[in-house]
Amino acid sequence: MTTPTTTVRKAKDFASDQEVRWCPGCGDYSILKQTQSVMAEAGLDPDQVVVVSGIGCSSRFPYYMNTYGIHGIHGRAPAIAAGLRMVRPELDVWVITGDGDGLSIGGNHFIHALRRNFNMRILLFNNQIYGLTKGQYSPTSEVFKKTKSSPWGSLDHPINPVALALGADATFVARSLDRDPKHLKEMLRRAHEHKGSALVEIYQNCPIFNDKAFAPFTEKDSKEVNDLFLTHGQPLIFGANRDKGIRLEGCKPVVVDLEKDGYSADDLWIHDERDLFKAQILARFFDDPHQCDSPCLPRPFGVIYAVERPCYEDLLEAQIQQARAIKGEPTLDQLLAGNNTWTIE
Amino acid sequence: MVLNALLMNKVKEIQEEVTIKFAGDSGDGMQLTGALFTDNTALTGSDLATFPDFPAEIRAPAGTLPGVSGFQIHFGSKKIFTPGDEYDVLVAMNAAALKTNLSRVKKGGTVIVNTEGFDVKNLRLAKYAANPLEDGSLQGYELYAIPITKLTREALADTSLGTKEKDRSKNMFVLGFLLWRYNRDVKSVERFLEAKFATKYEILRANLKVLRAGYHFGETTETFTTTYEVKPAPLPKGTYRSIMGNQALVLGLLAAANKSGLPLFYGSYPITPASDILHQLSTYRHLGVKTFQAEDEIAAICAAIGASYGGALAVTGTSGPGIALKSEAMGLAVMLELPLVVCDIQRGGPSTGLPTKTEQADLLQVMYGRNGESPMPVLAARSPSDAFEAAFEACRIALQHMTPVVLLSDGYIANGAEPWRFPKADELPEIPVHFAQAKASENGQPFLPYARDERQVRPWALPGTSGLAHRIGGLEKAHLTGDVSYDPDNHNLMVRLREEKVQRIAQFIPEQQITSGVEQGELLLLGWGSTFGVLESVTRTLLAEGHRVGHVHLRYLNPMPRNLGELMRRYDKVLVPELNRGQLAQLLRAKYLLPIVSFNSVRGVPISHNELLAFAREQLRQDAQVS
Ligand SMILES: Cc1ncc(C[n+]2csc(CCOP(=O)(O)OP(=O)(O)O)c2C)c(N)n1
Ligand code: SF4
Ligand SMILES: [Mg+2]
Repeated sequence: MTTPTTTVRKAKDFASDQEVRWCPGCGDYSILKQTQSVMAEAGLDPDQVVVVSGIGCSSRFPYYMNTYGIHGIHGRAPAIAAGLRMVRPELDVWVITGDGDGLSIGGNHFIHALRRNFNMRILLFNNQIYGLTKGQYSPTSEVFKKTKSSPWGSLDHPINPVALALGADATFVARSLDRDPKHLKEMLRRAHEHKGSALVEIYQNCPIFNDKAFAPFTEKDSKEVNDLFLTHGQPLIFGANRDKGIRLEGCKPVVVDLEKDGYSADDLWIHDERDLFKAQILARFFDDPHQCDSPCLPRPFGVIYAVERPCYEDLLEAQIQQARAIKGEPTLDQLLAGNNTWTIE
Repeated sequence: MVLNALLMNKVKEIQEEVTIKFAGDSGDGMQLTGALFTDNTALTGSDLATFPDFPAEIRAPAGTLPGVSGFQIHFGSKKIFTPGDEYDVLVAMNAAALKTNLSRVKKGGTVIVNTEGFDVKNLRLAKYAANPLEDGSLQGYELYAIPITKLTREALADTSLGTKEKDRSKNMFVLGFLLWRYNRDVKSVERFLEAKFATKYEILRANLKVLRAGYHFGETTETFTTTYEVKPAPLPKGTYRSIMGNQALVLGLLAAANKSGLPLFYGSYPITPASDILHQLSTYRHLGVKTFQAEDEIAAICAAIGASYGGALAVTGTSGPGIALKSEAMGLAVMLELPLVVCDIQRGGPSTGLPTKTEQADLLQVMYGRNGESPMPVLAARSPSDAFEAAFEACRIALQHMTPVVLLSDGYIANGAEPWRFPKADELPEIPVHFAQAKASENGQPFLPYARDERQVRPWALPGTSGLAHRIGGLEKAHLTGDVSYDPDNHNLMVRLREEKVQRIAQFIPEQQITSGVEQGELLLLGWGSTFGVLESVTRTLLAEGHRVGHVHLRYLNPMPRNLGELMRRYDKVLVPELNRGQLAQLLRAKYLLPIVSFNSVRGVPISHNELLAFAREQLRQDAQVS
C-alpha cells in the first residue's frame, strides 16, 4: 500500500550519497542500476522502501540505496525482513542475498520465507563463489571447482536455487542475468508486482574470483544455444536462428530442430507460468554447458513460476481481526486479574 | 453413608504450614492435580510456593524411575518463601514415585499410595526387591494405602467409558481426597473442570464423579480421623491471584505494550522451559499480539529485530541453548541500537543439559557471550510474580534506552506458582516512546541516525517516515551519520559510546534496597534470580537467632545499582549463593574487589533452606572465631 505519489522519480533518486565500492566490472553494478530504475518507474517513494541484506559483496547493496535499509548478519536477511513485514505490511521490502548468504548459512531462512510467502522480493545474486571472503567455492559452484579452499577440486554437488525454491513452494520464481539489463529489469518489475515472496535468481559475474562463470549464457557465441527465454503463453524456442524448440514427451523434455525434424511452433511446449508440474521440469533444465558434450538442455530465463497464495502477514492480520471479533478486547485490568481472584481484607 | 459420616467423630487440626509432594507416572496427571490443588489453596488465602519437577521425556516408559513426574507445594498461614525442603505428605501413585521421593518425606510424615501402583510389574520397574508397603520399610511413616484405581473404576461403574478412560480420572480421586483432608471447598476445581471439558460431557461427568468419590472416601472412611486446616497468611490487604512465572512474564510484556502504546511482537522457537511464553502469548491474538514461531532461534531473534526496526515492542524468548544461537544477532542488536528484549528462561546446562531442571548458569553467557565489546543490560526476575515487574522493566529500559536487554528467569520461576497481589493498570507507569519525526527533505540538514541525547541514546526512526531514510547495519558506523566507517578513532569512540549508554542506565534505575535484615552487620546474603525465597527465609532464621545479617537481591545485573559497592562494604562478609559455580560472585569480585564468599549448588533443584542455613551459620561461626 505504498502511498501513490505524484512526484516523478528518477533512478538516481534511489541512489544514496555513498560511494559504491564493488570491484570494477562487478555484475552487482548492473543489478543496482536496474533495481533503482524499476523502483523509479514503479513510482515508489524511497521512504516507503526497505532493503534488507545479509553479508557478502552483494549484501552491501542497501548502503547504496537512498531508501531505508538494514545490512544484517550473514544469511539472516529473510528472517529480519519477515519480522518487518509482520509489523509494517504497508512497506515495500526487498531482500538482497548472495549464493553463500542465502543458500549456505541462510538456507534455512530462505526456504521458510518462501513457504510462508511473506510479501517481499528476494534477489539472489548468484556468482557461484564467495566473493567477500575472497574466493572460496559456494553452494552453487560446480563440482570439482578449484578454489583457494578446494585446491584439489570441491566435492560438493551444487544447489539448484530454482528447484530449491519450487521445492519450498515459492509462489514466484524467476531467473535472469546481470548482463541482460533489459531482461533483468523486466524480471525485477514482475517480481515487484507479485504479491508474495518473489525469488529472482540473478547470474552475476564476479570478475575477480569467478570470472566468466556464466559466459556460456552471456557471450555472443554461446548464449543463443544455451539460453532459453521464457514468455508466458509462448512456445519454448531457442537457438542461434530460433531454430530449436522443446517438446514435452510425457514428462521428458526433448530438444527438437525446427528446421530438420519437421516440427512447428505448434508442436512445442507452451510456457505456462502457473503450471507447477511444468515449472518443476523447467527447474531441472540444469545441464552445465561447461561440462556437457551431448546436446544439452538450454538454461531457462524468465518467470518460471508465478501463482498467488495468501501472504503470511495478511493471514496474521486476518487472524487478529477474527480473534477480536470473537473475543473482544479485554482491558489491561482484566488481563492482570485473570479469572480467579480473592481478596484479603 | 451420610449418617455414618455424621456419626463418625472426625477432628480438625490447625497446621501452620504444610509441604505436599504429588508424584506419579508422567501419564498420571500429577501436574494438573498439583496445579488445581495450588489454585484451590491460593483461594483460601494461605501463602504458597510450588515446584513442579518434570522428567525430560514426555512419557518415559510407564512405571520406571525416570518417568516420575512430581509437583511440590508448600503452603502456610505465614509468609512462605520456598517450596519446602521436606514433605509432610507424599502422594505416590506408583512404586517408582515412592522410591524417588521417600527420602525427602519428614520423619513421621504421611505417605499416601495407590496400592495398584505396587503390583509385581511396578515393583520390578522401580527396582524394589520386596513390596515396601508390606515389608515394614514404611514403618515410622503414617501410611495410607488406598486402592485408588479400583475405587475410581467403581465410582465410574455406571458410565460407558472404557477402563483406560476411567483410569485417566484417578488423579481426581487423589485431588478430592486431599481437598477433604485440608477442609477445602471443591467448587474452584469443579469450575475448572467444567470449563476444560465443556464440550466433552462424558469426561466432565467422570472427572466430577471421581473428584467427589475421593472427597467422600475421606469423609466416610473410619481410619481417617483427622482433617487439617491451614489458615490464611497475614498477606498485605488487596486482591490476589495465583500466578506462575512464565504467565507473569507474559503479563509484564502485555502491560509494557499497553503502557508504551506499541504493538507486541514475540519471535520464538519452542524450548523448555520457555515454550509456555510462546503458548500463552499466542492466545492473545485478539489483543493484536503478533507471535511468530520461527524456523529456529536465529530467525526468531532476527524477526524480532526486524519488528523492532519497524516500531514494535519486540521480544524474543528461549533458554540457554537458544541464547547460544541468538548470540550473533544479539550483537547485531547492540550495533543497531534498537530496542529488543531477550528472555532467557535458564535450565541446567551445558549443551542440552537438564532441560526440565533449573539452574542460573547463563549469567556470564548473557553478559559476555558475544564477539567484540557488546554490552547489554541484564535483569533478572526473582520469583514467579516478580517476573511481571522484571519483564515490564526490561521493556522500559529497552524502549527508553534503545538497547537490547536480557531478561533472566529460570525453570523454577517459570513453572513455580505463588499468590500475587496484582497491580491496577493505572498504578503502572507509562512508558513514553518517541519516534523521530518526519522532516521535509528540502530543509538541507541530513538526518543523523546516530546522534545521541544526554543519555547517549540515538533516535528511533521508523521506515516509512518521510525524510528520514537511512541505513543501519552490523558494520561499524560513523558517529552521528551512521555511515560505514573503518576509522580507528571512530571505532574507539563508538565502542565507548555504546558502553557508556548502557552504564548510564544506572542513573535511571533505583538504588539497591535491602530486602530484609540489618543495614550493616556481620553477613550480607546477596543473590539474584530464583534464589530469592531461600535467601529470604535463611536471612529471617538467622535474624531470629540473633545474628546481624541482611539480604540483598539484585534485579539489575548490568549495570549494577550505583550504591551496590557501598552497600556491600557495610557488612563484614558477603555471601553469594547461586545455582551455578559462582558467576555473580565473579562479576562482583572483579568489579568491587571484594572477597566474596560463594555458595554453589548445581543439582538442578533450588537450594534448600537447611543447606544454605548450615553454610551461613558456619560462615558466621568462622567470623566469630577470627574476631
Ligand atoms: C557468521 C559469519 N560467518 C562467516 C562470515 C564471513 N563471510 C562473509 S561474506 C561470506 C560469503 C559471502 O558469499 P556470498 O553470499 O555468495 O556473497 P558474495 O560476496 O559472493 O556476493 C562469508 C563466508 C560472516 N561474515 N559471518
Ligand atoms: S569480489 Fe567479485 S562479487 Fe565481490 S565486488 Fe568484487 S567482483 Fe563483485
Ligand atoms: Mg557469491
